[in-house]
Amino acid sequence: MGSAAERPLTRNIRPGREPLDLAGYERTGGYQAARQALTRMTPQDVTAVVTASGLRGRGGAGFPTGKKWSFVPMGDDAPRPKYLVCNADEMEPGTFKDRLLLEGNPHQLIEGMVIAAYAVQADVAYIFLRAEYRLAARRLAAALKEAYARGHLGRNVLGSGFNLEMHLHASAGRYICGEETGLLNALEGKRANPRAKPPFPPVVGLWGRPTTVNNVETLCNVPHIVSRGADWFKALGRGADAGTKIYGISGKVKRPGAWELPMGTTIREILEEQAGGMQDGLTLRGLLPGGASTDFLLPEHLDTPMDFGSLAAAGSRLGTGTMIVLDDRTCPVGMLYNLEHFFAQESCGWCTPCWAGLGWIERILAGMEDGTGEAADLERLAAHTRMLGPGHTFCALAPGAAEPLQSGLRYFREDFERHVREKRCPWR
Amino acid sequence: MPTIRVDGKDYEVEAGDNLLHACLSLGLDLPYFCWHPALGSVGACRQCAVKLFKDPQDTRGALVMACMTPARDGTRISIEDREAREFRASVIEWMMLNHPHDCPVCDEGGECHLQDMTVMTGHVYRRYRGDKRTFRNQDLGPFVNHEMNRCIQCYRCVRFYRQHAGGRDFDAFSLRDQVFFGRQQDGALESAFSGNLVEVCPTGVFTDKTLKSHFTRKWDLQTAPSVCVHCGLGCNTIPGERYGQLRRIRNRFNGEVNGYFLCDRGRYGYAFVNSERRLRRPLLRRGDGARLEAVTAEAALQHLEILLADPSSVIGIGSPRASLEANFALATLVGPDRFYVGVPEEEFQLLRHVLDILRNGPAPTASLRDVEGADAVLVLGEDLTHTAPRLALAVRQAARQASFALAERLGIPRWDDAAVRCAAQDVTSPIFLATLHATALDDVACATFRAAPDDLARLGFAVARELDPEAPSVPDLTDAVRALAGRIAGALRAAARPVVVSGTSSGSPAVIRAAANVAWALCRGGPPARLCYTVPECNSLGVGLLGGGSLDAAIGAVRDRRPETVIVLENDLFRRRDPATVRAFLEAARHVIVIDHLLHETAARAEVVLPAGTFAESEGTLVNNEGRAQRFFEVFHAGDEVREDWRWLRDLIRVVGSKEAEDWRSLDDVTAACAESTPVLRGLRRVAPPAGFRIAGQKIPREPHRYSGRTALLADISVHEPKPPEDSDSPLAFSMEGYPGNPPPPLIPRYWAPAWNSVQALNKLQEEVGGPLRGGDPGVRLVEAAASAAVVYFDAAPPAFAPRDGEWLIVPRYQIFGSEEMSVLSPAVRERAPQAYLAMHPADAARLRLAANEQVDLIVGDVSYRVPHLAVPDLPHGVAEFPAGLPGLAGLVLPTWGRIRKVSET
Repeated sequence: MGSAAERPLTRNIRPGREPLDLAGYERTGGYQAARQALTRMTPQDVTAVVTASGLRGRGGAGFPTGKKWSFVPMGDDAPRPKYLVCNADEMEPGTFKDRLLLEGNPHQLIEGMVIAAYAVQADVAYIFLRAEYRLAARRLAAALKEAYARGHLGRNVLGSGFNLEMHLHASAGRYICGEETGLLNALEGKRANPRAKPPFPPVVGLWGRPTTVNNVETLCNVPHIVSRGADWFKALGRGADAGTKIYGISGKVKRPGAWELPMGTTIREILEEQAGGMQDGLTLRGLLPGGASTDFLLPEHLDTPMDFGSLAAAGSRLGTGTMIVLDDRTCPVGMLYNLEHFFAQESCGWCTPCWAGLGWIERILAGMEDGTGEAADLERLAAHTRMLGPGHTFCALAPGAAEPLQSGLRYFREDFERHVREKRCPWR
Repeated sequence: MPTIRVDGKDYEVEAGDNLLHACLSLGLDLPYFCWHPALGSVGACRQCAVKLFKDPQDTRGALVMACMTPARDGTRISIEDREAREFRASVIEWMMLNHPHDCPVCDEGGECHLQDMTVMTGHVYRRYRGDKRTFRNQDLGPFVNHEMNRCIQCYRCVRFYRQHAGGRDFDAFSLRDQVFFGRQQDGALESAFSGNLVEVCPTGVFTDKTLKSHFTRKWDLQTAPSVCVHCGLGCNTIPGERYGQLRRIRNRFNGEVNGYFLCDRGRYGYAFVNSERRLRRPLLRRGDGARLEAVTAEAALQHLEILLADPSSVIGIGSPRASLEANFALATLVGPDRFYVGVPEEEFQLLRHVLDILRNGPAPTASLRDVEGADAVLVLGEDLTHTAPRLALAVRQAARQASFALAERLGIPRWDDAAVRCAAQDVTSPIFLATLHATALDDVACATFRAAPDDLARLGFAVARELDPEAPSVPDLTDAVRALAGRIAGALRAAARPVVVSGTSSGSPAVIRAAANVAWALCRGGPPARLCYTVPECNSLGVGLLGGGSLDAAIGAVRDRRPETVIVLENDLFRRRDPATVRAFLEAARHVIVIDHLLHETAARAEVVLPAGTFAESEGTLVNNEGRAQRFFEVFHAGDEVREDWRWLRDLIRVVGSKEAEDWRSLDDVTAACAESTPVLRGLRRVAPPAGFRIAGQKIPREPHRYSGRTALLADISVHEPKPPEDSDSPLAFSMEGYPGNPPPPLIPRYWAPAWNSVQALNKLQEEVGGPLRGGDPGVRLVEAAASAAVVYFDAAPPAFAPRDGEWLIVPRYQIFGSEEMSVLSPAVRERAPQAYLAMHPADAARLRLAANEQVDLIVGDVSYRVPHLAVPDLPHGVAEFPAGLPGLAGLVLPTWGRIRKVSET
């Protein structure tokens, strides 16, 4: 885990062992940041320090966290109750960084949520957890129980006069539930169709009330920012972006895993130093740097820093910061078929380009793998990546699904053509 | 008004619209699916994509969904943009991946929005090579057919059914390209508005099951504008005919009345027109004990000439289900003093009350649109879901008014439907329902109150008193009722557009008076409250305006003055009074003449029966509960000896040598005479254009220009194509020839516009989409309030209801499917009608030591009915509910006191 640099998020995580209980967490300085925020700072102070820290959302979109909080109506006229929701529905293929935090240090998340809830003056908080994260569910439930018993949750949190109810909600298990507004509908017991924006959740959210939705990793950063300051946090990053980031790698590398590293660590460092490089005999052909819904990058991009701006300049996205690696013995068409099968299957069925378009993409890719692909299919696929662009669909699922496909078509065109020409998958 | 630029051209649009609404209102063709003018925007189908340019310098632009984008001043868009066109064609192509392309065998074919939009976008070639997904269809009951494979997942059905109409037994299931719209399991759709799915669905997933049973292509239907005859609301309809059979009913938009939706009784109650019990030839009984025999019209009229020779020996009994003109013709034949309205005295008094209140009080009557827009509603004594279903749907929309106010504060446009509903999840306008029993509308009420009719009236009186200290006080109120009255009064007073809804179904004059007091108290102090009374039948208010005596007065006249001949117009008296009374009456009259379209019990006992056209085979004017006079037109020519009832009566007037009908050549002449007869009816002349009306010298064709087989229709009888029937009564023609454009609203026989073959062609006929018809919504309101009238309150609230020992107050319980005479003759409606029952509180049932559903004898006077009892927990003690008007049970005038006996103890 990690380099010599500071690792605030994972410092107290002990892989393979039970997480710190409340007492253990407090011995490491836990809940001091919450105490400080709730008793010595105004909600505006908290938001200000988070804004100043440059913290950007770690769920994939990278929206500035402090700015998101500032949209929440404050004061006596604000609609009540207000809600904070932790998006722990980590279901993107290849992404498992929140799991580390959820299973490894649940109190860190709870403390972050207490502070965030205070900043936006939320009355109720929910942790919306991926259905399959059973271990995390067990550990979170235990931690919540402890926190309630100690007065860190419920009425008069930490003796501050601030009240906060916090609930753990296990998702019913669909990818779309991780979409911010689909999540809110799911939490309300409705179909997890995303909502139209505007209005945005900070104004009209859960049950129509102001709601802040933040990712697990984002919230886990908050206690450290409050206790150590915005400048400290900014200095953690190597480039334009502040803080550390939990990067991950899956694919045929020597040591797949997740590591907390300074924001802006290069792809090469993560791949070669942390993951130990490609497995013996395999060569890197490309990678999806930020999870399944980001554009491919190539070996020539290895020295790109993994931060928001640099990856965008290279033609992809930071996304969740967890990369999927493609080697030279794996069929890129097969990989894309696998990905698009996932996205097509997880379409909520609301907007036509997504429910119909992704299904068609999946069928074309399946046909190529089966040897029934036709030359015109390449143009069909390319057209779909254009037609499923942002703004064309109701939410970001289909545009996300189009990203690896559009870059895959560009970088691995010869592989697609061989499938059509040879009427089979040449890798099999 | 904002100006938007579309493809380089500037247009003025209504402020606050979205771009789709604006473009369609401008007459521009922009395809869409999920958006519906009554359901708003949700942005699901992505079909209405247009290119939006940020400013004049922006030449790239970006695709936006027109339905989700406000039409702000200066907005620059392109519909014709290449990328936008390609995207829209792609959306259709995507929808078509799984669509079965079964148009040739699809009931929707020819009026399918999906067909129209597919052609509009130019998607032609199929490129998808995969399999199509398939579904198992469900049996959704007798009204709606289910064919899920055709679905394009626009979500309109579920949004209408659940959100707009409040249904619970229908939903969207599963995800991706396999979303299933239906019920959790097979079974009849529970909502009384399920038939609207047929029109809401843009393709053939939900189609009219009754039409399927006698299917004909949509372009082969002969249609005319009509008015529903199955309750007092007067919803506008478009019936369609082929081969002499009525095949279906569709909604006819009237912005003031039914808007886009009908109830299932109105949509599916039409089959009585095709009934085997229809009278098609005059019948004559030659001598007592002889059978009724078919005779020619001449023979019947000859016979009647003798019967009617002495005018003083003839009385006429009219009907609230016959047109004004028919009733007026009967009154003309027998003379106003010998004309009777044909409803029991009790109902007659209720109708007079309603009319007095609406005409002499300050509170104006409410249209359905007024009710939908109300921001506070008190319903007193009516289970609208069964007595006036479309009005219940309107009240359901009124409950949303508060959410629009909230949305406005949050900057959410009203049309942004999902966002408005999301923001206002627990916000509803104050809706108070005071009824005898729990109703299917209770879910939108902020408070409900259940009591016997007298106690419902007392609540109303108490509300009026809370609003105005000068209103009469109500003695002996409980604290709970006083508190509720205070709460209702507060909510109504705080409203800008309050409406008080009541009606005749509880049979209580006190309830009707109480509702008037509430509305008048509001009018005195604050906002102009509107009053909405339901009435039993399609022309109840019309015959009320015409005047005359009640049925009981007619019975009394026969008993006392012994007129020898009784003419009964469209009225089965056995539905009005108990059988013994009616039998005695019919026997006391020496000659009974019935003019009607069905051989019912009264007709079966007549000496002469003259076959009349139903609403679909005749024309005339009906006055709905709002006081709105509306014209219905002949859809098809019945043939045989069937004639409009006013024509039979005209002939009788001539037969007896009277000159009064000398110049009655067409309906217009009767309408004019009727309008002259009394000042309140003067507006009748303006209801619809006269028969001589022409556009460019042409009549309006009842048959669409694609009507097929004209020359072959009757070829099995004769190869010589007959001359189509003449229509001297209206500007409509029984032909496909005539003016091809759109006529004035009262004459619109169907919706069609070039490229728009589905009901959505209506967009082209409105001032703006969703708005009134171009030229004004049809109908003329005859009943106007006396705005400046001083309020004279009804005083004397009734004493609190006191249950009696050994007796029950038997009140009517109306059934949407079953209580109405004609609709229940439709097999589909009959299938949904309940069996007979007697409902009472479980504690009352326990007192009678009744086992569950055990049979009881209900004894009212000399009459007794044996029915199972039904324990209904929310009924007041001492009150029992008896289904109104079910076949075999009609004729009991309710409410009344009766005895209930356990069968095993009799």
